Amino acid sequence: MATAPAVAMRHIEKRFGAVHANRDVALTVAAGTVHGIVGENGAGKSTLMSILYGFYEADSGQIDIEGKPAFIKGSAQAIALGIGMVHQHFMLVDTLSALDNVMLGAEPGWRLTPARAKVRQQLQALMQSTGLQVRLDALVQDLPVGERQRLEILKALYRGARILILDEPTAVLTPQETEQLFVTLRGLRERGTTILLITHKLKEIMALCDFVTVMRAGQVVLDTAIAETSLDGLAQAMVGRRVNLGREPDGRQGPQPGRLLMSASGLWATDSLGVPRLQDVSLALRAGEIVGIAGVSGNGQSELLDVLSGLLAPDRGELQVGDRRFTPTQWLTPDQARALRVAHVPEDRHRRGLVLPFGAWESAVLGYQDRPRYNIRGWMRQAHMHQDTADMMARYDVRPRNPALRSSKFSGGNQQKLVLAREAAPLPQVLLVGQPTRGVDIGAIEFIHGRLRAMRDAGGAILLVSSELDEILALADRVVVMNAGRVAGELAIEACSEQALGRLMGGAQ
Amino acid sequence: MTQPTELPRWMDVALLPAVNLAIALLVAGGVVMLVGFEPGQVLALLVKGAFGSRSGLSYTLYYATTFVFTGLAVAVAFHGGLFNIGGEGQAMMGGLGAGLVALALGPHLPAWLVLPLVVLGAALAGMVWGAIPGALQAWRGSHTVITTIMFNFIAAALLSYLLVNPLREPGNMSPETALFADSARVPRVHEALAWLGIEWPSSPLNLSVLLAAAAVLCTWLALWKTRGGYALRAVGFAPDAAQYAGIRPRWLILASMAASGALAGLVGVNEIAGVHGRVLFDFVAGAGFAGIAVSLIGRNHPLGIVLAALLFGALYQGGSEISFEVPGFSRDTVFMLQGLIVLFSGAMAQVAAPALLRLWRAAGGGRSTQAKAGP
Amino acid sequence: MDELMVGSIIASTLRVSVPLILCALAGVLCERSGVIDLGLEGKMLATAFATAAVGVFTGSLSLALLAALAVGLALSMLHGYACVSQRGDHVVLGMAITMTAAGMTVVLGIAWFAQGGHTPPVPAGVRLDPWFTGAGDRVAQLPGVGKVLSLALFGHNAMVYLTLGLVAGVWWLLYRTRFGLRLRATGENPAMVDAAGVSVKALRYQALALNGLLASLAGSYLVLAQNPSFIPNMTAGRGYMALAAMIFGKWRPVGALWACLLFGFLDAVGIRLQGVALPEALGGGAVPVQAIQALPYVLTVVLLAGFIGKAVAPRALGRPYVKER
Repeated sequence: MATAPAVAMRHIEKRFGAVHANRDVALTVAAGTVHGIVGENGAGKSTLMSILYGFYEADSGQIDIEGKPAFIKGSAQAIALGIGMVHQHFMLVDTLSALDNVMLGAEPGWRLTPARAKVRQQLQALMQSTGLQVRLDALVQDLPVGERQRLEILKALYRGARILILDEPTAVLTPQETEQLFVTLRGLRERGTTILLITHKLKEIMALCDFVTVMRAGQVVLDTAIAETSLDGLAQAMVGRRVNLGREPDGRQGPQPGRLLMSASGLWATDSLGVPRLQDVSLALRAGEIVGIAGVSGNGQSELLDVLSGLLAPDRGELQVGDRRFTPTQWLTPDQARALRVAHVPEDRHRRGLVLPFGAWESAVLGYQDRPRYNIRGWMRQAHMHQDTADMMARYDVRPRNPALRSSKFSGGNQQKLVLAREAAPLPQVLLVGQPTRGVDIGAIEFIHGRLRAMRDAGGAILLVSSELDEILALADRVVVMNAGRVAGELAIEACSEQALGRLMGGAQ
Repeated sequence: MTQPTELPRWMDVALLPAVNLAIALLVAGGVVMLVGFEPGQVLALLVKGAFGSRSGLSYTLYYATTFVFTGLAVAVAFHGGLFNIGGEGQAMMGGLGAGLVALALGPHLPAWLVLPLVVLGAALAGMVWGAIPGALQAWRGSHTVITTIMFNFIAAALLSYLLVNPLREPGNMSPETALFADSARVPRVHEALAWLGIEWPSSPLNLSVLLAAAAVLCTWLALWKTRGGYALRAVGFAPDAAQYAGIRPRWLILASMAASGALAGLVGVNEIAGVHGRVLFDFVAGAGFAGIAVSLIGRNHPLGIVLAALLFGALYQGGSEISFEVPGFSRDTVFMLQGLIVLFSGAMAQVAAPALLRLWRAAGGGRSTQAKAGP
Repeated sequence: MDELMVGSIIASTLRVSVPLILCALAGVLCERSGVIDLGLEGKMLATAFATAAVGVFTGSLSLALLAALAVGLALSMLHGYACVSQRGDHVVLGMAITMTAAGMTVVLGIAWFAQGGHTPPVPAGVRLDPWFTGAGDRVAQLPGVGKVLSLALFGHNAMVYLTLGLVAGVWWLLYRTRFGLRLRATGENPAMVDAAGVSVKALRYQALALNGLLASLAGSYLVLAQNPSFIPNMTAGRGYMALAAMIFGKWRPVGALWACLLFGFLDAVGIRLQGVALPEALGGGAVPVQAIQALPYVLTVVLLAGFIGKAVAPRALGRPYVKER
């Protein structure tokens, strides 16, 4: 008799406002297998798993767990059904021990000492049978990242998870730790645990999984056994057939890539947990080109932008802007960057790009408040500020055309146009742009793209970071793909094929 | 569900604060009724005592002067994202600073020289007392909330020591200094008016009220018209955006706490150089805490603070009057009301917001403009 | 030094520290769950008044104590409603409670007792009796340290011993029970606690309830064991000193105990040390009593500035928890 699939999701629909995150998604996961879920950002895989884990409820559709219909309204029910999730951002209390972290919320009894003894026994048996090793009495803050992740898995197993969902587990691991994780996961599979692996790393899928489901734009585009597909097949499915893929270089006016404006070499950066975010990244920006940084979010693109704009100093590396050279001990600062005619449209316009409670006329000089035009011996020149804001609004069609209106009252597209207008106004040589059209309506997207092209044609260099591959392909002259903090590869726009891009983004090269 | 209720601007700036104030008054009225007074009668007497006579009005303005200083102090720090609870201590130090200058220079210099120096002394002393917690926050990460409270107590101990020993007027049993020379005392308004030929009843109201007006103007200009103010508000609203804009937060934090302390220190001009004419112990009497209430209902804006300070000045003066006329009524009713205002206009300021919004929508408001929320 | 003096210093240290310890314990429980408590001063004042008023009206110790507990609990529930349910600012709420309590106690006091805000002294039957006097006498017979021990540790009123017991109790609650584990986690990472299926709101309310009860004991102690009348502002800043002690003790019950004993010791010997000559190296002269009074606050600032070790607050302290959806 065939065992019922561990998970069977049918006709799952989920919308967030205008965004159709899951469209008629079907997912069947056989018991005791490792099943990969692949896709870029926004493909819908995180939403689907969140529905399975009870974080969201689907608008419609059915879910069967181990053959029985299930109504998952919250994480408590998911846990009761044997579903455990290991999040990308660990849910741990640093100041408590590993043991206490596992136990919290499911303590056997109200007195800790006997409860701890009982849990310790159970955990030791669990660690024995799965091969997962965690120092139970160490404080989480003293554990390295790989061990913290094992702790998260242990936590899920302790609560009786028979279906384990892992969300981008290897994002924070070293290659050795990744290998260890694979050994663990294979061991768990032998024990009959069903594993769902959310990832965009194609090599890992091929190495570890039995089955794979590829999602794109909210839909399932490929659902097959690993044996019946290949790395290239996955890459192609993930990126998909795109119009304008690998376009011929458009007939640009203006000079071909000209002189070197900014060059970074050997950038290394680690975050507060010791996880390397940039590994030996080098980049050159020349006049008259748009360089697109492609890759699934979280692979170092944000850190790259922060380092190049002066918000973050790397651990190692060098930066040359014009004739100034910067090293980690004396790194570029945001005001120096602006003085060197490097402008920055930040990824997060709400927290960095604008001061939401300020009127548009005050946000419009953010970063430029010390320029003589706006500041005379400490006094702000409000007439100029208002005037320039009005100009910017006219040039970039920001609506409503009211410089006095609070920044928070503008729609996303208009806020973005305002930020772009501000950064473009002093005619920078280098423009660093992060997610320029996130949350922006179609009309504004076209407008913004047009402006970026115009800046390039006028001889500027643009570094475009975007999680929308379409956008990169529409604008970039050359595409640099980042993966795990490294430059995975670089392609001229005419050489961009689904395969080539997919492989690079999936970490295959 | 997770976003705070987005109220239309007029409700946020005018209606909600008015509702909160009304609730505080209602509760206070309830207590007043509980202890056997007529809230209506009390309120009427209060208004009459505060505004009903030239003398009452003068007293109201005199109290309001002190509250303007402490209210501005809290507001300036707040715009930088910090809590300054040290108004009491900074005001004490301000009084000390004013007094030291007055005692040292008063006998030797004419008023037009001494008085500006007295003001400077008060401001500098308060500034130092605010700058230390500010520096500790900026460079060591020590929370201003706790450090400023601690500094209140340290100021009290310091002042007490100085008044009991080195600074005490010889032969005086009370811990206070000698009287200042006349040139070191801020002229009273009734004296100044008399000089102009206008008759005005005697009161503690002195020319510090002009200083308070100047402080309001300067604070407003500094916060909204200068680069420093722009940078400070950016740091207070959006530290990430401030970093992006190349603004260095540390010196700003120090500067805002120093300015905050200086403003609170000016209380010393009003109370010590203006009214008492000597340094004594309990001249601040809770004005620092009242400043928190004033700043809260004044929405941290100089204009709002002026109005709130007048309100509180009226409450203090009216309360004083009532305590003369009505047996059993004391000023502590005003302190209690003050606390209730901090409760309903501060800690629970947003509680009424959803209900107000529902009422307004039910009454048909807001159909055409939906609040825009950026994605 | 005279052994009687040693004994009596220890004894007065203990007695003076009791309200500090109780408030510090209240603060520890509250802040470890992530809620700032700047209202300890007000809670202590309000409950002291309740004790005095009910004590005078009824002449019953249990009713007075009950009244104090009720008032303390009510204030803490208000604290919870404003800060946890309504996500209001913790600091402002603390100030509000303190300011309102300071005013309201005097208003009610004048209305009910017409003595300018004072209450009459509570009858002797309401006050606490000394305990262990018999044992104390026997210990005093012991050779050597007998007299000192007897003076120092025996014959205190019940609440002194209760307080010491409560230190152990709170320690045990925090570190040996499931509730304590969850409470500590809530102050560090409430999202994690929520994901583990435990209600953050309920935990914080429970912590606040305990906070209210402990603060009530502190307030009632002032009237039951120290001054038999309520006097306006009789807490005289001890609520803030307890906060300082809590920080000095790094938000731990036993640490807070030592800090409170230290601050209590300074208070107890303050008067005695006045006039003691300073060594020439420090300029001669005499130690001013105000310097000793300021010492606890100065020490706390020095600690907060990181000059004598670090005091790390619970990470989620003061931040209202909002479910991320």
